[in-house]
Parts: sequence; C-alpha cells; structure tokens
Amino acid sequence: MNTIRGDAFLRADGRKGIRNTVAVVYLVECAHHVAREIQLPFREADVHLIGFGGCYPNDYAFRMLEALCTHPNVGAALLVSLGCEGFNRRGLLDAIRASGRPADTLVIQETGGTRSSIERGREWVRDVKRRLEATPRGPLAPHELVVGTICGGSDGTSGITANPGIGRAFDRLVADGAACIFEETGELIGCERVMAARAATPELGQMIVDAVAKAARYYSVLGHGSFAPGNADGGLTTQEEKSMGAYAKSGSARISGLIKPGDVPRAGGLYLLDVVPDGEVRFGFPNVNDNAEIVELVACGAHVTLFSTGRGSVVGSAISPVIKVCANPETYRSLRDDMDVDAGRILEGRGTLDEVGAEIHRLALAVAAGAKTASESLGHQEFVLGYKRFDQVGPACHPAYA
Amino acid sequence: MHVIHLSPLDNVVVLARSVQPGDTVEIDGRPVAMRGPLGLGHKLALRRIAAGTKILKYGAAIGSATCDIEPGEHVHLHNMRSDYLPTYTLDGARLYREGR
Repeated sequence: MNTIRGDAFLRADGRKGIRNTVAVVYLVECAHHVAREIQLPFREADVHLIGFGGCYPNDYAFRMLEALCTHPNVGAALLVSLGCEGFNRRGLLDAIRASGRPADTLVIQETGGTRSSIERGREWVRDVKRRLEATPRGPLAPHELVVGTICGGSDGTSGITANPGIGRAFDRLVADGAACIFEETGELIGCERVMAARAATPELGQMIVDAVAKAARYYSVLGHGSFAPGNADGGLTTQEEKSMGAYAKSGSARISGLIKPGDVPRAGGLYLLDVVPDGEVRFGFPNVNDNAEIVELVACGAHVTLFSTGRGSVVGSAISPVIKVCANPETYRSLRDDMDVDAGRILEGRGTLDEVGAEIHRLALAVAAGAKTASESLGHQEFVLGYKRFDQVGPACHPAYA
Repeated sequence: MHVIHLSPLDNVVVLARSVQPGDTVEIDGRPVAMRGPLGLGHKLALRRIAAGTKILKYGAAIGSATCDIEPGEHVHLHNMRSDYLPTYTLDGARLYREGR
C-alpha cells in the first residue's frame, strides 16, 4: 500500500485525520465571545473556533456542526452554550461522544457568567490537549483522502490556469482512489449538459441537470448570480463564462455521485456537491461567501481544500487546511506570501498545465502528511455557518453504492 | 504569446498579459492596436461578431453580443450579456438595477 504518512490520527469510525484539532463551538452568537476567549491562548496550538450564530434551531446547522465535530481532523470538542438558545446541544454532545471523542458542554448561565466560563473552558482545553497526545496513530493511504475544491476571487485567468490545473490534480487523486468533491451548482449554470454526459448513470445525469436548474431558479429569484464585481474587473463578463472556467476544476473523471452538505462519500471517485437549498427560496443566498462553501466541503469530510484564485483571496479555514492555487501571475507576485502554487506561470511560458497539476497533487499529499499551507501558517481559520434547508438525497444520487 | 485561442470554435481570444493603450497585439496573424488599458484575462474579438450572435469561449456559449463587435475589439459588459442572469458590477450598478 502506498502510504502518505505512518502517523495519521485514527478515529473510531475508521476515518483518519491529518490534523488533531480541538474545536471550541459556540451554539449561539451570545456565546461567541466566551468561546473566542477560551480559544485565544491556543489559537496557534490546533484549537479552532467554529459555531452557529442563530438562536432559532435549524436541522441543516445541526447536521453541519455534527459532521464538523466528528470530522477526522477533529480530536475533541467543547460546546459553549449561553443556555437559552434553540440549538439542540444535548443531541450534539451525544453524537460527538458516541464518535469516541472527548466532548463537553459549558453553559454560561450555569457557570457563573463570562469570566468563570472562560477560565473553566481554558482548563478543559488544556486538559483535553494532554489527553489527545494519546490519540491512536496509523498509516494513511491516498485512497483514504477526501479532497474538495472551490474557486474564489475568480478572473479571466482562473479558467485557463489554476482551475484546469486543479482538474489535472483531481484526475490524479481520483486515480489514487481518493474521493474528490467539486461544488457550487450556481457556478455551473451553463455547464449542466456537458456535466450530465460525464455522470455514471443517465439518472444521475438528470439529477445533475435538475440541481443546476434549481440553482438557476434560486439565483434568479434573488436577482443576483454567484458573481462579484471583481470577477468583471478581471475580465469575466457573465455567469456562464465564470461557470465554464469553474467547471474545469472537476477534471475529466466520471462523476460518481451527487451529494449534499454533510454527506461523506463512502467510496473514491468524483462527486458534485449541491450547495443550493431545496424547496422555496428562504434564508437568503445559498452561500454568503467562499468560506460558507469551504465549511460545507469540510462537512463532507474534506481533509484538504484546493482553492483557486485569480484576483487574490487570502482566506483559509477552520478544521481542514486550504491550498491556494493562484491563477494570475501578476496577483501571485503581489500576494506571494498567501499563495501555495503559482499556476499563472503557465501564461508566462514558465510551466505547463501538466506540471502545475502534478505540483498541486504532490502538495495535497504533502499537506495530508503534515506540511502547513500558506493560510495555515498565517493563522487563517475562517468559519461561517448560516441557515439552510435540504431534502435528503435519494439512491439515484449514489449509483456506485447500489 | 499575446493572446490565447482556447478552442477552435471560439470567436474571442483571451489576453495572456496586461496591455496599455497603443500596444500592439497580434490576433490571428494580424496586428491590432489596443485602445485602452486591459488586464490579462480580458477577451478580444477574433473576428467580426454580429449583434445577437453567441459569444463562444472554451468552445461554449458564454452569452450573446448586444451590438456589432469589430475584430480585435474588447468584448465585455458594454457589448455582450448573459443568456441566464444579469451581471452585477460596482460601475454598472445602474444597468443591474434596470435588469439589463
């Protein structure tokens, strides 16, 4: 077996982590400050802050936090509750404990308020970090990896250099047996027919067409596509032009399944993540920014995310490292410290698409082996989670499991 | 290399480097003088494109011409539009409000 590392973090469900992070989780905005203060002294010691701001309960938000707190990169979780919010904190705690991870809940209203909650929380984190030193370790192979991809701050170079470069890396990872996930059906408007032709079955192809039609409807009601002013400054004119470029990230593998946020692929292959809510339009934009999409990829089990940018995004993520692939050579020169791969060099005759694809593939495995990405080293741990509603996927979405 | 012709089907090419007014870019063997500064990644017409014609990039339709476009001309928000959703820009916020 081809081994990436011998000391991956082994979890009770059989999945393996490339990091051993402690998640400090606020369950309503009212507990955010206390959770942030608990995390602060440990922010460079693999303790990450995540959470949900809303007071009203939401099945999607519960499912996301459950998936994130039991993600293979997470070793333990501390839930921070104000005490009166709608979030089902007992259900979440039970789910995390059932996964074999140390977990506890700190209820601020029952712990004497801000100061004593922060002290108690920090003690808990210090103690659990000692316990995590005994986490079982073992070998990790490429076929055990889940890798996501996203683009942010796209421009006219994204679809020519970084996105097809990531596509080549995805082809290599799929060949390794890894599960690879691409997403944002709203950024695939215009590509639905070509994409459907790559689906493992005609039924899956039709579901992909339907998912993109749902995205087009959703964005039409909102009156705004997944398109930012900077995209146009960078030479992109229309949603479908951006889509064609974004689509190149998926590479050329057969599409094995259509998943929704929180669904973890059960086998290797290429998966499309449908991020647009089901049913009537509610709660606003499907994903308010790039990090909302990254969080959903992580909830689908992504160990690492390949992030393509042309204008120059600097974000990273909580829980799973983000590899920045810079499409535009001018952007790379001005934001060099934030970038991991100079894919724009293709435009200047300093490399080929195949070389860039091979470099991204190598780097993904190196990061899985423990190497830090640029955004990790700079301390980026962005996290955002909002309200959504999804129906569960049917069996036709996973023909390979049938 | 000044421009990239991504697919033989395409009627636009993509600038592989930024250009300044007066720079000459070679498109399909013909020199074309650039009228304004343009960043790399922007599109130029490969040939004459009549109003209403699909703009093709990556071999796929990325929208339609809203007026006649001359060879070598910058192809962007001022002369093409999406066939799906309006494009929002800070400068073009007015056009967006009008639903164009």
